[in-house]
Amino acid sequence: MSSTTNTSTNHTSTIGSIGTPSRRNTELALLVFAVLIPVFAYANVGLAINDKVPAGLLSYGLGLGLLAGVAHLAVRKFAPYADPLLLPLATLLNGLGLVTIWRLDQSKLLQSIHVAGGKATNQLLYTAMGIALFIVVLIFLKDHRALQRYTYISMVGAVLLLLLPLVPGLGANVYGAKIWIHVGSFTIQPGEFAKIVLAVFFAGYLMVKRDALALASRRVMGLYLPRGRDLGPIIVVWMISILILVFETDLGTSLLFFGMFIIMLYVATERTSWIVFGLLMSAAGAVGVASFEPHIQTRVQAWLNPMREYTLSRTGSNDGILHSEQAMQALWAFGSGGTLGTGWGQGHSELIRFAANSDFILATFGEELGLAGLMAILLIYGLIVERGLRTSLAARDPFGKLLAVGLSGAFALQVFVVAGGVMGLIPLTGMTMPFLAYGGSSVIANWALIGVLIRISDTARRPAPAPAANPDAEMTQVVRPS
Amino acid sequence: MNKPLRRIAIFCGLLVLTLLLRDNWLQYVKADTLREDPANRRVTIARYSTPRGDIIVDGNPVTGSTASSSSGVNDLKYKRTYKNGPMWAPVTGYASQAFGANQLESLEDGILTGNDDRLFFRNTLDMITGKQKSGGNVVTTLNAAAQSAAYNGLKKQGGKGAVVALDPSTGKILALASYPSYDPSAFAGTSDTDAAAWKKLQKKYNPNDPMLNRALRETYPPGSTFKVVTASAALENGLYTSADEATKSPLPYVMPGTTTELKNEGSIPCKNATMRVALRYSCNTVFGKIGADLGNDKMLAEAKKFGFDSEQFTPVRSSASVFSDNMNQSQTALSSIGQYNTAATPLQMAMVASAVANDGKLMKPYMIDKLQSSNLDTISQTEPEQMSQPLSSSNAQVLQSMMETVVKEGTGTNAQINGVTVGGKTGTAQHGVENSENPYAWFISYAKLPDGSKPVAVAVVIEDDQANRDDISGGGLAAPIAKSVMEAVINSKK
Repeated sequence: MSSTTNTSTNHTSTIGSIGTPSRRNTELALLVFAVLIPVFAYANVGLAINDKVPAGLLSYGLGLGLLAGVAHLAVRKFAPYADPLLLPLATLLNGLGLVTIWRLDQSKLLQSIHVAGGKATNQLLYTAMGIALFIVVLIFLKDHRALQRYTYISMVGAVLLLLLPLVPGLGANVYGAKIWIHVGSFTIQPGEFAKIVLAVFFAGYLMVKRDALALASRRVMGLYLPRGRDLGPIIVVWMISILILVFETDLGTSLLFFGMFIIMLYVATERTSWIVFGLLMSAAGAVGVASFEPHIQTRVQAWLNPMREYTLSRTGSNDGILHSEQAMQALWAFGSGGTLGTGWGQGHSELIRFAANSDFILATFGEELGLAGLMAILLIYGLIVERGLRTSLAARDPFGKLLAVGLSGAFALQVFVVAGGVMGLIPLTGMTMPFLAYGGSSVIANWALIGVLIRISDTARRPAPAPAANPDAEMTQVVRPS
Repeated sequence: MNKPLRRIAIFCGLLVLTLLLRDNWLQYVKADTLREDPANRRVTIARYSTPRGDIIVDGNPVTGSTASSSSGVNDLKYKRTYKNGPMWAPVTGYASQAFGANQLESLEDGILTGNDDRLFFRNTLDMITGKQKSGGNVVTTLNAAAQSAAYNGLKKQGGKGAVVALDPSTGKILALASYPSYDPSAFAGTSDTDAAAWKKLQKKYNPNDPMLNRALRETYPPGSTFKVVTASAALENGLYTSADEATKSPLPYVMPGTTTELKNEGSIPCKNATMRVALRYSCNTVFGKIGADLGNDKMLAEAKKFGFDSEQFTPVRSSASVFSDNMNQSQTALSSIGQYNTAATPLQMAMVASAVANDGKLMKPYMIDKLQSSNLDTISQTEPEQMSQPLSSSNAQVLQSMMETVVKEGTGTNAQINGVTVGGKTGTAQHGVENSENPYAWFISYAKLPDGSKPVAVAVVIEDDQANRDDISGGGLAAPIAKSVMEAVINSKK
């Protein structure tokens, strides 16, 4: 990538205007697939469940196609040099998510407990809102560096967003985690939006402070120890994470924010010692809080012994803790899918019940598409992260670099924490798979995230403006000593 | 900033790689374990997703399938039904949407649901031709008339009890009845009614424990019926060589190493009686002494040849009957008349009668004749198999003549059948502390047709805590049931 990074310094005025190809047609071709694959999947679900092609196939296909088309045109117009993969990948995940949500809508069991039924229509609406926000980002954020001006406003905004679920009468306690707020008839997960706002704050703050944090340090046992007063910011972020963990009892959100900060701090300062500090602090925090917070303890217990948790839940154990059979049900769903899966609409992931179409949607993919399908989904996430990091490498300004790495790192951490939780690799947390899972906040926020990444990548890949013609170029002779 | 950025990229790659590895672990390595976990609801869903195959007796199914009520969110399409459920429950077991399955319903679940590997090729064909997958059938060896005679005999009697009838020459189980029984249809579904019916049948709420399969899973002291085993041990070990040789049997008989007298029931001619007379009158002194004379090891060896001390798989598991090891002489004497620790399942005592009837050869008892696919092709056929030879053919014939005397002019006259030679042995086993509880009434027998064939051997046990103690005797309570079962088998052969 260094060649890309260096184009601005190496190019000559004569070829500068050609520069990097815009790749918009590649994006369009990929988008066609990203729309067609979910449309086929949709038809497949209908055939499997009702033995007929679903009536909504045409409108659904047109809807998704239209949204993708508009997004593509917006990119063509406002970010012509953007990365060509981000939009198709996000569209594909979003489309597959819609299909799976519609598939779970057909489950009588989920309808009877009001988890499913008409949710796909809502999700399509949220997708439209998400893509609208995506376009708004592209139109109004002409240059991502403009965000740098809002560093401290972002900080206040992020803290407010994170604290909202704790406001009495506004916050909602859903299955022990308090990461939602009620606004009218809507439920919003402010953490999803806080993710972006916080990345902006960290990027702005670290860009200014990176030299102080990197250079003023003592070397002890191969590690650069930061000065006491430079430890301030990391301790503040750490304490906020701990507060989230204690008061909102959500390990995932807490881990996500702290992890994002550590990643950005490391990239900004190039000091490995921050990683060591970060790991130590997060381990201490998690263990410390888990020692007295019953909700977290239950999650850890369910992770270590899902079958016991299942039995406790089934037998209606009355030990004051809400036990859930979800963890075990998800494992059974994955196992029952096997290598190739049962096929769309033919699994029984509705047995997961609560949150089957949101936190646990990955289990449906695992059961119905099998190991093969789920690995493809995970690789798509991996690709999105990779494109984000590539954008960060290509970015020419430190703020853009930091923002892109923060957003992609947070995305990667979220995917890991959620997928790892659902697959029983780590304890479960209350977050959702970006784009796949049902939920307005998640879809809208992640489209905004993709919008910001596309803006940064456009700036990064855009050929530098041709230098103003120098009237003296011909006349000036450089005299070189021979 | 690019160096740490690349490292972050590697870190993110590792995160995704970890997820991929975990996914492979879950969906490839652990897939089968998770998929087949009995607690995984999908197993139940699959079991009831198509009409279940049937369990067949004499060409007629004793089971069926009906569509579950489609109201609500029931994800199980078909529900099991049973014809004459209480009578066949000890054979079929149950298959309940809510409470799982047991016995044949569970052991042959693969065939009945159609998921068995042996049906794989056919299922694949069905999938290509678009036919619905359907389960195969389990064809049993049972005889409907004999089962009916056994169950109705027990029911008429009213006490708890069990009957097992075998075909001595093959080991086929012809009747397997237990009373009181239960109707597996009552809790086949998932409704509240089903749950209530299930609860009411549990031992906690029903002291009669109707769900206990007494024919296979309950062991009773066999009492005097065990003397047949003792007699065969005496013959096999050459202690006595004929039925009519006088034994060395003092009366009264004080058990070796004790001052306790072993008593007979009433004053019967047991002093130095021949084994024929001793069996006819059921002399405790004679057979107790035979046991003590042979010793623990020889008695145990003989009992084991008859199948004691090991579980039987018919393929439904039967509990192991007990003849103890490391007993002193007096304990061996008591054990040899079917008391002390000795305990036998009804199946075990039927095996004893069957081995004697089959000229000493014990055939392995079994209840599945064959497994069929849904279009009635045979998938597997059970071949009769000899399990052991507890006694020689000549000794078996000596024992037969003794048992035939018992029915002709001894304690078993209630089992006589016109035109058929019946050999048998009664038993009245004491149990409870100081024999305080009502004894068990036993009868084991076989029938010999004029052509010399022996189509049936039976064991009947009745535990009747309502009846008057004096009324209980093997000949009075159990022999009539054995007789009607043998008649049913003989008539169905005609």
